[in-house]
Amino acid sequence: MAVAEADLAVGPARPRVSWTPYVLILPTVAFLAVFFIYPMVQAVWLGVSDPQTGALTWQHFRRMSGDLYFRGAIRYTLTITLLAVPLQVALGLAIALLVNLRFRGHTMFLYLTALPIGISDLAAGLIWLSIFTERGYLNSALLRVGVVRDPVLFLTIERPDWLVGAVVITEIWRATAIVMVILLAGLQLIPKDYQETASVFGAGRAQTLRHVILPLLRPSLQTALIIRTILAFQLFGTVVVLAGRQIPVLAGEAYFWYSLYRSPNVASAYALLILVSSATVTWLYLRLLRIREEEARV
Amino acid sequence: MTLRNLGLSAAVLLISAWVALPLVLIAIAAFTPRELLYQWPRPFWPESFTLETMRFFLRSTGVWQSTLNSVMVAVLTIALAFAIAAPAGYAIARFRFRGRDSVQLAILMVKMFPATVLSIPLAVAFIRWRLYDTLLGVAIVHTALSIPFVIVIVTSVFLGISYELEEAAMTLGSSRAQAFARIALPMALPGLAASAIFTFVLSWNEVFAATILTLNNRTLPALIIDSVLGAGAPLHFRFAGGFFMIVPALIIIFLIRRYLLTLWGVTVR
Repeated sequence: MAVAEADLAVGPARPRVSWTPYVLILPTVAFLAVFFIYPMVQAVWLGVSDPQTGALTWQHFRRMSGDLYFRGAIRYTLTITLLAVPLQVALGLAIALLVNLRFRGHTMFLYLTALPIGISDLAAGLIWLSIFTERGYLNSALLRVGVVRDPVLFLTIERPDWLVGAVVITEIWRATAIVMVILLAGLQLIPKDYQETASVFGAGRAQTLRHVILPLLRPSLQTALIIRTILAFQLFGTVVVLAGRQIPVLAGEAYFWYSLYRSPNVASAYALLILVSSATVTWLYLRLLRIREEEARV
Repeated sequence: MTLRNLGLSAAVLLISAWVALPLVLIAIAAFTPRELLYQWPRPFWPESFTLETMRFFLRSTGVWQSTLNSVMVAVLTIALAFAIAAPAGYAIARFRFRGRDSVQLAILMVKMFPATVLSIPLAVAFIRWRLYDTLLGVAIVHTALSIPFVIVIVTSVFLGISYELEEAAMTLGSSRAQAFARIALPMALPGLAASAIFTFVLSWNEVFAATILTLNNRTLPALIIDSVLGAGAPLHFRFAGGFFMIVPALIIIFLIRRYLLTLWGVTVR
Protein backbone atom coordinates (compact mmCIF):
# COMPACT_ATOMS: atom_id res chain seq x y z
CA MET A 1 0.00 0.00 0.00
CA ALA A 2 2.84 2.32 0.82
CA VAL A 3 3.72 1.82 -2.80
CA ALA A 4 0.62 3.42 -4.18
CA GLU A 5 0.56 6.17 -1.58
CA ALA A 6 4.08 7.17 -2.50
CA ASP A 7 2.82 7.56 -6.00
CA LEU A 8 0.05 9.94 -4.95
CA ALA A 9 2.59 12.68 -4.41
CA VAL A 10 3.40 12.60 -8.10
CA GLY A 11 -0.25 12.66 -9.00
CA PRO A 12 -2.18 10.26 -11.15
CA ALA A 13 -1.86 12.49 -14.19
CA ARG A 14 1.55 11.20 -15.29
CA PRO A 15 2.19 7.86 -13.64
CA ARG A 16 4.58 6.62 -16.34
CA VAL A 17 7.20 9.35 -16.17
CA SER A 18 8.26 9.90 -12.59
CA TRP A 19 10.63 8.87 -9.90
CA THR A 20 8.04 6.38 -8.62
CA PRO A 21 9.64 3.28 -10.21
CA TYR A 22 12.96 4.18 -8.60
CA VAL A 23 11.30 4.40 -5.18
CA LEU A 24 9.72 1.02 -5.85
CA ILE A 25 12.98 -0.71 -6.76
CA LEU A 26 14.96 1.01 -4.02
CA PRO A 27 14.23 -1.61 -1.29
CA THR A 28 15.43 -4.41 -3.57
CA VAL A 29 18.59 -2.58 -4.56
CA ALA A 30 19.36 -1.61 -0.96
CA PHE A 31 18.73 -5.12 0.35
CA LEU A 32 20.89 -6.76 -2.31
CA ALA A 33 23.66 -4.23 -1.71
CA VAL A 34 23.77 -5.17 1.96
CA PHE A 35 23.34 -8.90 1.57
CA PHE A 36 25.22 -9.52 -1.69
CA ILE A 37 27.83 -6.85 -2.20
CA TYR A 38 28.80 -6.55 1.46
CA PRO A 39 29.33 -10.31 2.07
CA MET A 40 31.25 -10.54 -1.20
CA VAL A 41 33.64 -7.81 -0.04
CA GLN A 42 33.76 -9.47 3.36
CA ALA A 43 34.60 -12.83 1.74
CA VAL A 44 37.54 -11.27 -0.07
CA TRP A 45 38.68 -9.57 3.14
CA LEU A 46 38.42 -12.77 5.21
CA GLY A 47 40.25 -14.67 2.50
CA VAL A 48 43.27 -12.40 2.35
CA SER A 49 43.63 -10.94 5.85
CA ASP A 50 45.20 -12.24 9.01
CA PRO A 51 42.46 -12.73 11.65
CA GLN A 52 44.67 -11.35 14.44
CA THR A 53 46.63 -8.51 12.91
CA GLY A 54 44.50 -7.68 9.88
CA ALA A 55 47.59 -7.71 7.66
CA LEU A 56 47.32 -8.97 4.10
CA THR A 57 48.34 -12.59 3.74
CA TRP A 58 48.05 -15.60 1.44
CA GLN A 59 48.14 -18.05 4.34
CA HIS A 60 44.46 -19.02 4.08
CA PHE A 61 44.77 -19.88 0.40
CA ARG A 62 47.97 -21.76 1.14
CA ARG A 63 46.23 -23.70 3.92
CA MET A 64 43.37 -24.41 1.56
CA SER A 65 45.55 -25.68 -1.28
CA GLY A 66 47.83 -27.58 1.08
CA ASP A 67 44.92 -29.46 2.61
CA LEU A 68 44.57 -33.18 2.06
CA TYR A 69 41.05 -32.83 0.69
CA PHE A 70 41.70 -29.86 -1.65
CA ARG A 71 42.69 -31.69 -4.84
CA GLY A 72 39.96 -34.24 -4.32
CA ALA A 73 37.38 -31.50 -3.81
CA ILE A 74 38.32 -29.84 -7.08
CA ARG A 75 38.53 -33.10 -8.99
CA TYR A 76 35.23 -34.48 -7.71
CA THR A 77 33.33 -31.22 -8.11
CA LEU A 78 34.50 -30.98 -11.73
CA THR A 79 33.88 -34.66 -12.48
CA ILE A 80 30.35 -34.58 -11.08
CA THR A 81 29.60 -31.34 -12.94
CA LEU A 82 30.98 -32.62 -16.24
CA LEU A 83 29.00 -35.85 -15.98
CA ALA A 84 25.73 -34.49 -14.59
CA VAL A 85 25.16 -31.21 -16.43
CA PRO A 86 25.30 -32.50 -20.05
CA LEU A 87 23.02 -35.41 -19.15
CA GLN A 88 20.61 -33.06 -17.35
CA VAL A 89 20.46 -30.82 -20.41
CA ALA A 90 20.02 -33.74 -22.81
CA LEU A 91 17.26 -35.34 -20.76
CA GLY A 92 15.66 -31.98 -19.97
CA LEU A 93 15.60 -31.13 -23.68
CA ALA A 94 14.07 -34.51 -24.52
CA ILE A 95 11.31 -34.05 -21.93
CA ALA A 96 10.64 -30.46 -23.03
CA LEU A 97 10.36 -31.55 -26.69
CA LEU A 98 8.04 -34.39 -25.70
CA VAL A 99 5.79 -32.05 -23.69
CA ASN A 100 5.78 -29.58 -26.55
CA LEU A 101 4.31 -32.25 -28.86
CA ARG A 102 1.13 -31.71 -26.82
CA PHE A 103 0.08 -35.34 -26.88
CA ARG A 104 -2.92 -36.41 -24.85
CA GLY A 105 -1.99 -36.18 -21.16
CA HIS A 106 1.00 -33.92 -21.77
CA THR A 107 0.08 -31.62 -18.87
CA MET A 108 0.09 -34.54 -16.42
CA PHE A 109 3.46 -35.58 -17.83
CA LEU A 110 4.74 -32.02 -17.39
CA TYR A 111 3.66 -31.77 -13.74
CA LEU A 112 5.07 -35.18 -12.93
CA THR A 113 8.46 -34.48 -14.48
CA ALA A 114 8.53 -31.00 -12.86
CA LEU A 115 7.94 -32.41 -9.34
CA PRO A 116 11.65 -32.70 -8.42
CA ILE A 117 11.86 -28.89 -8.56
CA GLY A 118 10.30 -28.95 -5.10
CA ILE A 119 12.82 -31.45 -3.74
CA SER A 120 16.01 -30.32 -2.02
CA ASP A 121 19.44 -31.78 -2.66
CA LEU A 122 19.32 -33.18 0.86
CA ALA A 123 15.96 -34.91 0.41
CA ALA A 124 17.00 -36.23 -3.02
CA GLY A 125 20.10 -37.70 -1.41
CA LEU A 126 17.97 -39.41 1.25
CA ILE A 127 15.60 -40.77 -1.40
CA TRP A 128 18.40 -42.31 -3.43
CA LEU A 129 20.07 -43.56 -0.27
CA SER A 130 17.03 -45.79 0.22
CA ILE A 131 17.77 -47.20 -3.25
CA PHE A 132 21.57 -47.51 -3.16
CA THR A 133 22.10 -48.52 0.45
CA GLU A 134 23.37 -52.02 1.19
CA ARG A 135 19.93 -53.54 1.78
CA GLY A 136 18.20 -50.98 -0.38
CA TYR A 137 15.79 -51.24 -3.26
CA LEU A 138 18.43 -51.64 -5.96
CA ASN A 139 19.97 -54.66 -4.29
CA SER A 140 16.49 -56.10 -3.66
CA ALA A 141 15.68 -55.66 -7.34
CA LEU A 142 18.96 -57.24 -8.44
CA LEU A 143 18.27 -60.20 -6.13
CA ARG A 144 14.76 -60.52 -7.55
CA VAL A 145 16.12 -60.69 -11.11
CA GLY A 146 18.77 -63.12 -9.95
CA VAL A 147 21.82 -61.00 -10.71
CA VAL A 148 23.17 -61.06 -7.17
CA ARG A 149 22.76 -63.33 -4.18
CA ASP A 150 24.37 -61.13 -1.53
CA PRO A 151 23.90 -57.38 -1.35
CA VAL A 152 26.42 -55.36 -3.36
CA LEU A 153 28.04 -52.45 -1.52
CA PHE A 154 27.40 -49.51 -3.84
CA LEU A 155 28.25 -46.75 -1.41
CA THR A 156 31.72 -47.50 -0.17
CA ILE A 157 35.02 -45.66 -0.18
CA GLU A 158 36.56 -48.70 -1.86
CA ARG A 159 34.63 -47.78 -5.01
CA PRO A 160 34.84 -43.99 -5.31
CA ASP A 161 33.68 -44.23 -8.94
CA TRP A 162 30.44 -45.83 -7.78
CA LEU A 163 29.96 -43.13 -5.17
CA VAL A 164 30.39 -40.51 -7.89
CA GLY A 165 27.95 -42.46 -10.07
CA ALA A 166 25.35 -42.49 -7.29
CA VAL A 167 25.73 -38.73 -6.79
CA VAL A 168 25.49 -38.08 -10.54
CA ILE A 169 22.35 -40.22 -10.89
CA THR A 170 20.74 -38.43 -7.94
CA GLU A 171 21.64 -35.02 -9.37
CA ILE A 172 20.24 -35.96 -12.79
CA TRP A 173 17.04 -37.19 -11.18
CA ARG A 174 16.63 -34.05 -9.11
CA ALA A 175 17.81 -31.20 -11.33
CA THR A 176 16.70 -32.22 -14.82
CA ALA A 177 13.32 -30.70 -13.95
CA ILE A 178 14.70 -27.16 -13.75
CA VAL A 179 16.47 -27.53 -17.10
CA MET A 180 13.29 -28.93 -18.62
CA VAL A 181 11.16 -26.05 -17.39
CA ILE A 182 13.64 -23.42 -18.66
CA LEU A 183 13.83 -25.12 -22.07
CA LEU A 184 10.07 -25.61 -22.30
CA ALA A 185 9.52 -21.92 -21.57
CA GLY A 186 11.97 -21.20 -24.41
CA LEU A 187 10.30 -23.66 -26.78
CA GLN A 188 6.92 -22.04 -26.23
CA LEU A 189 8.34 -18.71 -27.39
CA ILE A 190 9.16 -20.21 -30.81
CA PRO A 191 6.24 -19.51 -33.16
CA LYS A 192 4.60 -22.64 -34.55
CA ASP A 193 4.78 -21.18 -38.09
CA TYR A 194 8.54 -21.65 -38.16
CA GLN A 195 8.20 -25.39 -37.83
CA GLU A 196 5.33 -25.46 -40.31
CA THR A 197 7.38 -23.44 -42.79
CA ALA A 198 10.30 -25.80 -42.35
CA SER A 199 8.11 -28.81 -43.05
CA VAL A 200 6.54 -27.07 -46.08
CA PHE A 201 10.05 -26.72 -47.48
CA GLY A 202 10.57 -30.41 -46.97
CA ALA A 203 12.60 -30.49 -43.75
CA GLY A 204 12.26 -33.68 -41.75
CA ARG A 205 11.75 -33.71 -37.98
CA ALA A 206 15.43 -34.12 -37.25
CA GLN A 207 16.35 -31.33 -39.66
CA THR A 208 13.75 -28.99 -38.20
CA LEU A 209 15.07 -29.71 -34.73
CA ARG A 210 18.70 -29.11 -35.72
CA HIS A 211 18.34 -26.12 -37.99
CA VAL A 212 15.26 -24.35 -36.70
CA ILE A 213 14.44 -25.23 -33.10
CA LEU A 214 17.86 -25.63 -31.49
CA PRO A 215 19.30 -22.35 -32.84
CA LEU A 216 16.22 -20.47 -31.63
CA LEU A 217 16.46 -22.22 -28.29
CA ARG A 218 20.04 -21.12 -27.71
CA PRO A 219 19.28 -18.38 -25.12
CA SER A 220 17.33 -20.88 -23.01
CA LEU A 221 20.01 -23.54 -23.40
CA GLN A 222 22.59 -20.99 -22.34
CA THR A 223 20.61 -20.03 -19.24
CA ALA A 224 20.02 -23.66 -18.31
CA LEU A 225 23.70 -24.52 -18.71
CA ILE A 226 24.82 -21.53 -16.62
CA ILE A 227 22.32 -22.11 -13.82
CA ARG A 228 22.99 -25.84 -13.62
CA THR A 229 26.78 -25.51 -13.73
CA ILE A 230 26.83 -22.85 -11.04
CA LEU A 231 24.50 -24.90 -8.84
CA ALA A 232 26.68 -27.96 -9.42
CA PHE A 233 29.68 -26.03 -8.07
CA GLN A 234 27.66 -25.56 -4.86
CA LEU A 235 26.81 -29.25 -4.59
CA PHE A 236 26.45 -30.12 -0.90
CA GLY A 237 23.44 -32.02 0.47
CA THR A 238 23.42 -34.88 -2.03
CA VAL A 239 27.08 -35.66 -1.51
CA VAL A 240 26.93 -35.35 2.28
CA VAL A 241 24.11 -37.88 2.47
CA LEU A 242 25.40 -40.39 -0.06
CA ALA A 243 29.15 -40.20 0.50
CA GLY A 244 29.88 -38.11 3.58
CA ARG A 245 33.38 -36.66 3.20
CA GLN A 246 34.61 -39.66 1.24
CA ILE A 247 33.81 -37.66 -1.86
CA PRO A 248 35.04 -34.16 -0.93
CA VAL A 249 33.45 -31.27 -2.85
CA LEU A 250 34.10 -27.52 -2.73
CA ALA A 251 30.98 -26.42 -0.84
CA GLY A 252 31.38 -29.36 1.53
CA GLU A 253 34.94 -28.33 2.31
CA ALA A 254 33.79 -24.75 2.94
CA TYR A 255 31.31 -26.19 5.42
CA PHE A 256 33.88 -28.41 7.14
CA TRP A 257 36.41 -25.60 7.43
CA TYR A 258 33.77 -23.34 8.91
CA SER A 259 32.04 -25.76 11.28
CA LEU A 260 34.63 -28.39 12.06
CA TYR A 261 37.93 -26.47 12.00
CA ARG A 262 36.38 -23.13 13.00
CA SER A 263 38.26 -21.20 10.34
CA PRO A 264 35.96 -18.72 8.58
CA ASN A 265 39.06 -17.51 6.72
CA VAL A 266 39.83 -20.75 4.91
CA ALA A 267 36.09 -21.34 4.44
CA SER A 268 35.93 -17.91 2.79
CA ALA A 269 38.83 -18.88 0.55
CA TYR A 270 36.71 -21.83 -0.63
CA ALA A 271 33.71 -19.53 -1.06
CA LEU A 272 35.85 -17.22 -3.21
CA LEU A 273 37.06 -20.18 -5.25
CA ILE A 274 33.44 -21.14 -5.94
CA LEU A 275 32.56 -17.53 -6.81
CA VAL A 276 35.46 -17.15 -9.22
CA SER A 277 34.82 -20.52 -10.89
CA SER A 278 31.14 -19.63 -11.31
CA ALA A 279 31.97 -16.27 -12.86
CA THR A 280 34.54 -17.84 -15.18
CA VAL A 281 32.14 -20.53 -16.32
CA THR A 282 29.38 -17.99 -16.97
CA TRP A 283 31.78 -15.87 -19.02
CA LEU A 284 32.95 -18.94 -20.96
CA TYR A 285 29.41 -20.05 -21.79
CA LEU A 286 28.39 -16.57 -22.91
CA ARG A 287 31.51 -16.31 -25.08
CA LEU A 288 31.50 -19.78 -26.57
CA LEU A 289 27.84 -19.78 -27.43
CA ARG A 290 28.05 -16.29 -28.92
CA ILE A 291 31.00 -17.16 -31.14
CA ARG A 292 29.13 -20.09 -32.53
CA GLU A 293 26.24 -17.81 -33.34
CA GLU A 294 28.51 -15.60 -35.44
CA GLU A 295 29.83 -18.63 -37.28
CA ALA A 296 26.31 -19.71 -38.00
CA ARG A 297 25.60 -16.38 -39.62
CA VAL A 298 28.56 -16.53 -41.98
CA MET B 1 2.31 -43.21 -37.58
CA THR B 2 1.41 -45.88 -35.05
CA LEU B 3 5.06 -46.77 -34.70
CA ARG B 4 5.79 -43.16 -33.83
CA ASN B 5 2.99 -43.14 -31.27
CA LEU B 6 4.36 -46.32 -29.79
CA GLY B 7 7.80 -44.77 -29.45
CA LEU B 8 6.28 -41.64 -27.94
CA SER B 9 4.29 -43.62 -25.37
CA ALA B 10 7.31 -45.72 -24.50
CA ALA B 11 9.45 -42.62 -23.93
CA VAL B 12 6.76 -40.93 -21.84
CA LEU B 13 6.21 -44.03 -19.71
CA LEU B 14 9.91 -44.62 -19.22
CA ILE B 15 10.59 -41.03 -18.13
CA SER B 16 7.52 -40.96 -15.90
CA ALA B 17 8.71 -44.13 -14.17
CA TRP B 18 12.21 -42.68 -13.74
CA VAL B 19 10.78 -39.63 -11.98
CA ALA B 20 8.00 -41.32 -10.02
CA LEU B 21 9.63 -44.56 -8.88
CA PRO B 22 12.08 -43.04 -6.33
CA LEU B 23 9.20 -41.01 -4.86
CA VAL B 24 7.11 -44.15 -4.46
CA LEU B 25 10.05 -46.04 -2.96
CA ILE B 26 10.82 -43.43 -0.30
CA ALA B 27 7.12 -43.36 0.63
CA ILE B 28 7.16 -47.15 1.02
CA ALA B 29 10.39 -46.98 3.04
CA ALA B 30 8.95 -44.35 5.38
CA PHE B 31 6.05 -46.66 6.26
CA THR B 32 7.90 -49.95 6.32
CA PRO B 33 8.43 -51.53 9.76
CA ARG B 34 11.93 -50.81 10.98
CA GLU B 35 13.12 -54.46 11.13
CA LEU B 36 12.21 -55.04 7.51
CA LEU B 37 14.46 -52.17 6.38
CA TYR B 38 17.47 -54.05 7.69
CA GLN B 39 16.40 -57.51 6.58
CA TRP B 40 17.96 -59.47 3.73
CA PRO B 41 16.48 -60.44 1.39
CA ARG B 42 14.32 -57.40 1.79
CA PRO B 43 10.75 -57.44 0.52
CA PHE B 44 9.71 -54.61 -1.80
CA TRP B 45 6.23 -54.46 -0.46
CA PRO B 46 6.00 -54.97 3.31
CA GLU B 47 3.10 -57.17 4.40
CA SER B 48 1.92 -54.51 6.79
CA PHE B 49 2.63 -50.80 6.81
CA THR B 50 3.35 -48.95 10.01
CA LEU B 51 3.38 -45.39 11.28
CA GLU B 52 6.09 -46.37 13.76
CA THR B 53 9.01 -45.23 11.57
CA MET B 54 7.48 -41.79 10.99
CA ARG B 55 6.57 -41.54 14.67
CA PHE B 56 10.15 -42.40 15.65
CA PHE B 57 11.42 -39.61 13.38
CA LEU B 58 8.96 -37.00 14.63
CA ARG B 59 9.69 -37.83 18.27
CA SER B 60 13.47 -37.69 17.88
CA THR B 61 15.20 -34.90 19.74
CA GLY B 62 14.91 -31.57 18.02
CA VAL B 63 12.83 -32.66 15.04
CA TRP B 64 9.62 -31.01 16.15
CA GLN B 65 11.36 -27.80 17.19
CA SER B 66 13.40 -27.58 14.00
CA THR B 67 10.27 -28.17 11.91
CA LEU B 68 8.69 -25.22 13.69
CA ASN B 69 11.87 -23.23 13.07
CA SER B 70 11.74 -24.10 9.36
CA VAL B 71 8.15 -22.93 9.12
CA MET B 72 8.96 -19.73 11.00
CA VAL B 73 11.93 -18.99 8.77
CA ALA B 74 9.84 -19.64 5.67
CA VAL B 75 7.06 -17.32 6.87
CA LEU B 76 9.56 -14.60 7.74
CA THR B 77 11.17 -15.06 4.33
CA ILE B 78 7.84 -14.67 2.56
CA ALA B 79 7.08 -11.50 4.51
CA LEU B 80 10.52 -9.98 3.89
CA ALA B 81 10.72 -11.02 0.25
CA PHE B 82 7.31 -9.53 -0.49
CA ALA B 83 7.88 -6.31 1.40
CA ILE B 84 11.16 -5.82 -0.44
CA ALA B 85 10.67 -7.30 -3.89
CA ALA B 86 6.98 -6.98 -4.73
CA PRO B 87 7.21 -3.18 -5.29
CA ALA B 88 10.11 -3.78 -7.69
CA GLY B 89 8.08 -6.35 -9.62
CA TYR B 90 5.17 -3.92 -9.87
CA ALA B 91 7.52 -1.15 -11.05
CA ILE B 92 8.99 -3.32 -13.80
CA ALA B 93 5.52 -4.30 -14.98
CA ARG B 94 3.93 -0.85 -14.91
CA PHE B 95 6.66 1.70 -15.65
CA ARG B 96 9.09 2.27 -18.47
CA PHE B 97 12.06 3.90 -16.84
CA ARG B 98 15.74 4.35 -17.54
CA GLY B 99 17.68 1.45 -16.12
CA ARG B 100 14.74 -0.94 -16.36
CA ASP B 101 16.76 -3.33 -18.52
CA SER B 102 19.74 -3.25 -16.20
CA VAL B 103 17.46 -3.99 -13.25
CA GLN B 104 16.14 -7.04 -15.10
CA LEU B 105 19.66 -8.16 -15.96
CA ALA B 106 20.68 -7.71 -12.32
CA ILE B 107 17.76 -9.89 -11.24
CA LEU B 108 18.90 -12.63 -13.59
CA MET B 109 22.45 -12.36 -12.29
CA VAL B 110 21.26 -12.62 -8.70
CA LYS B 111 19.26 -15.72 -9.63
CA MET B 112 22.41 -17.34 -11.06
CA PHE B 113 24.67 -16.13 -8.28
CA PRO B 114 26.20 -18.81 -6.03
CA ALA B 115 24.49 -17.09 -3.12
CA THR B 116 24.66 -19.82 -0.51
CA VAL B 117 28.45 -19.60 -0.31
CA LEU B 118 28.03 -16.01 0.85
CA SER B 119 26.62 -17.37 4.09
CA ILE B 120 30.18 -17.93 5.32
CA PRO B 121 31.25 -14.26 5.32
CA LEU B 122 27.71 -13.37 6.41
CA ALA B 123 28.03 -15.65 9.44
CA VAL B 124 31.01 -13.59 10.58
CA ALA B 125 29.06 -10.35 10.10
CA PHE B 126 25.96 -11.84 11.75
CA ILE B 127 27.91 -12.61 14.91
CA ARG B 128 28.73 -8.92 15.11
CA TRP B 129 25.17 -7.87 14.28
CA ARG B 130 23.71 -10.37 16.78
CA LEU B 131 21.88 -12.17 13.98
CA TYR B 132 23.93 -15.37 14.19
CA ASP B 133 21.91 -18.45 15.22
CA THR B 134 18.65 -16.53 14.87
CA LEU B 135 15.74 -17.43 12.64
CA LEU B 136 15.75 -13.88 11.29
CA GLY B 137 19.34 -14.29 10.13
CA VAL B 138 18.49 -17.42 8.12
CA ALA B 139 15.36 -15.73 6.77
CA ILE B 140 17.44 -12.80 5.53
CA VAL B 141 19.66 -15.09 3.43
CA HIS B 142 16.61 -16.96 2.14
CA THR B 143 15.10 -13.60 1.23
CA ALA B 144 18.17 -12.75 -0.83
CA LEU B 145 17.74 -16.09 -2.63
CA SER B 146 14.04 -15.63 -3.32
CA ILE B 147 13.98 -11.96 -4.36
CA PRO B 148 14.59 -12.70 -8.07
CA PHE B 149 11.77 -15.23 -8.14
CA VAL B 150 9.32 -12.94 -6.38
CA ILE B 151 10.20 -10.13 -8.81
CA VAL B 152 9.73 -12.18 -11.98
CA ILE B 153 6.41 -13.61 -10.89
CA VAL B 154 5.02 -10.30 -9.60
CA THR B 155 6.10 -8.67 -12.86
CA SER B 156 4.41 -11.31 -14.97
CA VAL B 157 1.26 -11.15 -12.83
CA PHE B 158 0.86 -7.40 -13.26
CA LEU B 159 1.77 -7.55 -16.95
CA GLY B 160 -1.20 -9.87 -17.26
CA ILE B 161 -3.55 -7.34 -15.70
CA SER B 162 -4.31 -4.48 -18.04
CA TYR B 163 -3.33 -1.10 -16.65
CA GLU B 164 -6.36 0.35 -18.44
CA LEU B 165 -8.58 -1.25 -15.80
CA GLU B 166 -6.83 0.79 -13.13
CA GLU B 167 -7.03 3.89 -15.32
CA ALA B 168 -10.73 3.31 -15.86
CA ALA B 169 -11.28 3.19 -12.10
CA MET B 170 -9.36 6.43 -11.76
CA THR B 171 -11.45 8.21 -14.41
CA LEU B 172 -14.48 7.08 -12.44
CA GLY B 173 -13.11 8.97 -9.46
CA SER B 174 -11.04 6.59 -7.40
CA SER B 175 -7.54 7.51 -6.34
CA ARG B 176 -4.47 5.67 -7.65
CA ALA B 177 -4.19 3.78 -4.37
CA GLN B 178 -7.85 2.78 -4.44
CA ALA B 179 -7.57 1.70 -8.06
CA PHE B 180 -4.61 -0.48 -7.17
CA ALA B 181 -6.21 -1.94 -4.05
CA ARG B 182 -9.68 -2.54 -5.48
CA ILE B 183 -8.90 -3.50 -9.08
CA ALA B 184 -5.36 -4.74 -9.61
CA LEU B 185 -4.64 -6.36 -6.27
CA PRO B 186 -7.61 -8.75 -6.17
CA MET B 187 -6.83 -9.87 -9.72
CA ALA B 188 -3.19 -10.35 -8.82
CA LEU B 189 -3.83 -12.40 -5.67
CA PRO B 190 -3.60 -15.92 -7.16
CA GLY B 191 -0.27 -15.15 -8.79
CA LEU B 192 1.06 -13.47 -5.67
CA ALA B 193 -0.03 -16.48 -3.62
CA ALA B 194 1.84 -18.74 -6.02
CA SER B 195 5.06 -16.81 -5.59
CA ALA B 196 4.61 -16.79 -1.80
CA ILE B 197 4.22 -20.56 -1.93
CA PHE B 198 7.30 -20.95 -4.09
CA THR B 199 9.25 -18.83 -1.62
CA PHE B 200 8.11 -21.21 1.10
CA VAL B 201 9.55 -24.21 -0.79
CA LEU B 202 12.80 -22.42 -1.45
CA SER B 203 13.25 -21.65 2.23
CA TRP B 204 11.98 -25.02 3.46
CA ASN B 205 14.52 -26.81 1.23
CA GLU B 206 17.58 -24.64 1.74
CA VAL B 207 20.38 -26.55 3.45
CA PHE B 208 23.75 -24.83 3.24
CA ALA B 209 23.04 -21.33 4.60
CA ALA B 210 20.82 -22.73 7.35
CA THR B 211 23.58 -25.13 8.41
CA ILE B 212 26.24 -22.42 8.46
CA LEU B 213 24.16 -19.71 10.13
CA THR B 214 22.65 -21.66 13.02
CA LEU B 215 23.98 -23.56 15.96
CA ASN B 216 21.14 -24.32 18.34
CA ASN B 217 18.18 -22.96 16.38
CA ARG B 218 18.47 -25.49 13.57
CA THR B 219 16.01 -25.61 10.71
CA LEU B 220 14.89 -29.09 9.67
CA PRO B 221 17.40 -29.57 6.81
CA ALA B 222 20.23 -28.32 9.04
CA LEU B 223 19.17 -30.74 11.77
CA ILE B 224 19.12 -33.64 9.32
CA ILE B 225 22.59 -32.72 8.00
CA ASP B 226 23.80 -32.70 11.62
CA SER B 227 22.27 -36.04 12.42
CA VAL B 228 23.71 -37.60 9.26
CA LEU B 229 27.23 -36.15 9.56
CA GLY B 230 27.68 -35.97 13.29
CA ALA B 231 25.42 -38.42 15.00
CA GLY B 232 25.27 -41.15 12.35
CA ALA B 233 21.49 -41.29 12.35
CA PRO B 234 19.99 -44.75 11.66
CA LEU B 235 18.65 -45.46 8.18
CA HIS B 236 14.99 -45.49 9.16
CA PHE B 237 15.40 -42.00 10.63
CA ARG B 238 16.91 -40.83 7.33
CA PHE B 239 14.20 -42.34 5.16
CA ALA B 240 11.41 -40.96 7.33
CA GLY B 241 13.16 -37.57 7.31
CA GLY B 242 13.50 -37.61 3.53
CA PHE B 243 9.83 -38.43 3.10
CA PHE B 244 8.76 -35.83 5.66
CA MET B 245 10.77 -33.15 3.84
CA ILE B 246 9.37 -33.83 0.37
CA VAL B 247 5.67 -34.03 1.24
CA PRO B 248 4.99 -30.29 1.66
CA ALA B 249 7.22 -29.52 -1.30
CA LEU B 250 5.34 -31.89 -3.60
CA ILE B 251 1.94 -30.55 -2.59
CA ILE B 252 3.14 -27.01 -3.10
CA ILE B 253 4.68 -27.63 -6.53
CA PHE B 254 1.36 -29.12 -7.57
CA LEU B 255 -0.48 -26.01 -6.33
CA ILE B 256 1.73 -23.60 -8.26
CA ARG B 257 2.14 -25.74 -11.39
CA ARG B 258 0.74 -23.01 -13.65
CA TYR B 259 3.52 -20.63 -12.68
CA LEU B 260 6.48 -22.98 -13.05
CA LEU B 261 7.38 -21.72 -16.50
CA THR B 262 7.24 -18.09 -15.33
CA LEU B 263 9.49 -18.76 -12.36
CA TRP B 264 12.28 -20.23 -14.43
CA GLY B 265 11.54 -19.02 -17.94
CA VAL B 266 13.50 -15.76 -18.11
CA THR B 267 16.72 -16.11 -20.08
CA VAL B 268 19.87 -14.25 -21.06
CA ARG B 269 19.29 -12.53 -24.39
